[in-house]
Amino acid sequence: MKILVAVKRAIDYNVKARPKADGSGVELANVKMSMNPFDEIAVEEAIRLQEAGKAGEIVAVSIGPAACQETLRTAMAMGADRGVLVQSDDEVQPLAVAKLLKAIVDREQPGLVICGKQAIDDDSNQTGQMLAGLLGWAQGTFACNVTPEGDTLAVKREVDGGLQSITLKLPAVVTADLRLNEPRYVKLPNIMKAKKKPLDTFAPADLGVDITPRLKTVKVAEPAARAGGVKVADVQELVAKLRNEAKVI
Amino acid sequence: MERESMEFDVVIVGGGPSGLACAIRLRQLAAERGEDLSVCLIEKGSEIGAHILSGAVMEPRALNELLPDWAAQGAPLNTPVTDDRFMFLTQSRAVRLPTPPQMENHGNFIVSLGNVCRWLGTQAESLGVDIYPGFAAAEVLFHDDGSVKGVATGDMGRAKDGSEGPNFAPGMELHARQTIFAEGCRGSLTKSLFERFKLRDGVDPQVYGIGIKELWEVQPDRHHQGQVTHTIGWPMDTQTYGGSWEYHLEDNLVSIGFVVGLNYSNPWISPFDEMQRFKTHPAVRETFAGARRVSYGARAISAGGFQAIPKLTFPGGLLVGDTAGFLNLPKIKGSHTAMKSGMTAAEAVFDLLTTGDKAGKEAVEYPTRLQTTWLWDELYRVRNIKPSFHWGLWPAVAYSALDTYLFRGKAPWTFHHHPDHESLKPAAECQPIDYPKPDGVLTFDKLSSVFLSNTNHEEDQPCHLTLRDPTVPTKLNLPVYAGPEQRFCPAGVYEYVGAVGSQELRINAQNCVHCKTCDIKDPSQNINWVTPEGGGGPNYPNM
Repeated sequence: MKILVAVKRAIDYNVKARPKADGSGVELANVKMSMNPFDEIAVEEAIRLQEAGKAGEIVAVSIGPAACQETLRTAMAMGADRGVLVQSDDEVQPLAVAKLLKAIVDREQPGLVICGKQAIDDDSNQTGQMLAGLLGWAQGTFACNVTPEGDTLAVKREVDGGLQSITLKLPAVVTADLRLNEPRYVKLPNIMKAKKKPLDTFAPADLGVDITPRLKTVKVAEPAARAGGVKVADVQELVAKLRNEAKVI
Repeated sequence: MERESMEFDVVIVGGGPSGLACAIRLRQLAAERGEDLSVCLIEKGSEIGAHILSGAVMEPRALNELLPDWAAQGAPLNTPVTDDRFMFLTQSRAVRLPTPPQMENHGNFIVSLGNVCRWLGTQAESLGVDIYPGFAAAEVLFHDDGSVKGVATGDMGRAKDGSEGPNFAPGMELHARQTIFAEGCRGSLTKSLFERFKLRDGVDPQVYGIGIKELWEVQPDRHHQGQVTHTIGWPMDTQTYGGSWEYHLEDNLVSIGFVVGLNYSNPWISPFDEMQRFKTHPAVRETFAGARRVSYGARAISAGGFQAIPKLTFPGGLLVGDTAGFLNLPKIKGSHTAMKSGMTAAEAVFDLLTTGDKAGKEAVEYPTRLQTTWLWDELYRVRNIKPSFHWGLWPAVAYSALDTYLFRGKAPWTFHHHPDHESLKPAAECQPIDYPKPDGVLTFDKLSSVFLSNTNHEEDQPCHLTLRDPTVPTKLNLPVYAGPEQRFCPAGVYEYVGAVGSQELRINAQNCVHCKTCDIKDPSQNINWVTPEGGGGPNYPNM
C-alpha cells in the first residue's frame, strides 16, 4: 500500500506570531518556518507503518512556494521515499489544497492519505475532510491510533469526551492528532541522503486546478490585551460591578 | 558507546559570520584551483541566523573581499548609515559629543546580522558547503597522538536524568582533517581547547561585555532610516563600562541595545534592568512613543581585543571569529573582523590540505598571515582603549582621545586586562540598586522579554547549565554576592527560591538564550555552560 502524506510549511511553533503593521497578515519576513507539527506526526505514522511492513512507498506532498522543498527534504530525511511539490507563490486556501491533493492522488493512486489534523498557522482543520469528500473516500480524523487490518483500517479518534473506534474501508484519508506518535529525531546522514531522493515539481495549472481564493482576509489583529484585575471591597461592590460594568448578571 | 561517523576534509563548528565566511572561502578556493574539498558546517541553532544577535552596523570591508558582487546577489545590507550621533547622557539631559574616529560609520550599513548570516548560508550552500543547523557540537574528538580529530554532535532524546528516552538518537562523530571552531564569544568547546592546548598562556585574560537588544517597530514619524546613535554615561556610574546603541533600520524597525562591561564590581547591577531604565531617558523614550516591541535577546561579546588574542592554532584545528576574540571594541564591531579571520584561516587551511598534509597537522600559516592583514593592524591600534576604562569614564575618554589622535594607536605601551569574574565585590560593600518597576509599554520584565526571543528547549533533557560544585550557590554566591546570577542572567534562568535562610538555586534552563554571561561572570567560575540538544535556544527573527 502506497501512502501519501501532505506536509505544510508553516511558521515554527516556537515563534510568537505577530500581525503585520498594516493588518494584512502575519509577519513572516525572516521568521523561522518549519514543518507543521501535526504533519510531522503524519509522516512519522507513515514511516512506522512502512517499518512494520504494512506500507510500501511513502510520497510526501507539499503545496506552496519553492521554499517548501525544505519541508519535503525534512520529510524525506525522516524516511519518506520521494517528494512532490505543487509550487505556487499565491495564497492557497484549504479547498484549493484539497483539490490539488486530489489531483496528486489521482496520479499516484495511494491506498492511504495521511494529513495533519490542522496546520498551526491558520488552524483551518478542513483539508483532510475536504479531500476525503472530493475523493469519495472514508475518513478518520483526529486519529490517535491507526492499525491496518487487511483492506480496512482501524482508527481510534480523539473526540469530545473520549475516544471513538471506527473501521474504515481502504482507500481512506486519516488526519493525525497530537497523541498519534512522537516523531523521531532526524539523523544527520539521513539529511544527506534526503538531498538525493527524487522530488517532482508541478504548477497548479499542470494539474488543472484553479486555486483562486474563495475567502477574503479582512484583517489580522492581535487579540485585545486583557485589562488588569481590580480588588473589590465587598460582595455588594462585586455584584454592582458584575451588573453595571460587566453586564453579566 | 558506538556512534556513527562521517568523514570530511573540513568541519566548521558554528554558522555565524566567521564560520560561514570560512566555509565560503574554502569552497571558492576549491573551485578556483579545481580541487574537491568537502566542507561541513554545523550550527546549534534551529536554522542559520537563529542564534545570531548583534546591533548591528556592519563594515562591508571583509564582505567586499569575499563576495564583491554581494549587492547584485541580494545581500540584506539595505540601509546605509546616513547620520552618526554620539551622546553623553546625564539623568535628564543628553549632550552631543564629537564622534570618535573609530565610530564613524560612513560607508557602513545598518543590518540584521542574523539576516546577513541567513544570506551567507544560502551563498555557502550554493557553493557546495554541507550545512546542518539543529546539530550542536558537544564534544571535541582527539586522535591518539592528541591532535583534534573532529567533533561529536550531542545526543538527542536523553531524559532529564540522563537516561535514554523512547526517541533517543546518539550523536554523530564528524571527523575532519581540520576542525574549525567558530563558536562565537565564549565557545564551550573552545574553552576546553584553551585548557588542553594551553592556548591562553602568555596572553591577557579575555574580558567581556553583555549586550541586550530589543527590536521595535516604531511610528513612521519617529523613524529616521540610516540614523545611528551611541550613548555613554547614564544610567551607568562612571566606574562601570557601558553604553547604548540605537539604529534605525528599514521598515520602521529600530534596534536598541545596551552593553555593560562584565568587569563591573557591584553585584547588585542587573544589565537587563539597566537597559530597561536606559529607555526611560527623555532623549530616548520619544522614539518609542506608540511603538511595538517585536523581539528581544542578549549575547556576550569579547572585548579584550589585541592583547587577549589566544594562540589560534593547534594540531588538527584552529579558532576563528569571536570565540578567539577579534571584536574591535572602540568600533563596537566584530562582524568584519570575524569574517576576515575566517577567510584568512580558509586560505591557510586550503594550502595545508592541498599540499598533501594528512590529518592532525597545525595550520601555522593562519596566524602568520593574519598578522599581515588589516585586521591585525586595526586591533593593534585600539588595544589600549578598553583597558583604560579601568580608571573610570572620564580619564578613559581623555586617554582614548590622546591615544587615538596623538599616538594614532602606536603608543609604546600596552595596558592589560583582569578577568571579569574576579571583579565582583561582596554585596555588603556595595550599594543596592533600586530599579524602577516595568510599565509594560516601554519597559518590561524579564519573562515577557524572554518570550519574544522565541527561545525553547526540550524540557525533558539534562540541564545544560552545569554546576561544578552544587553547593557553591548557597555557600558563596547567595551569602556573599546576594545571588548575582539572578541579575546578570538576562533571561531569568537563575532564581533563588524558598524561605529566607533555606533558599536554593533553581535553574530554569528552558529560558536560556545562550548568551554565556553566567559562564563568564560567575564569581568562582562554578557555572559551566554546555550545549543543550541541537535546535534548542532562541529563534531570533531579524536580530
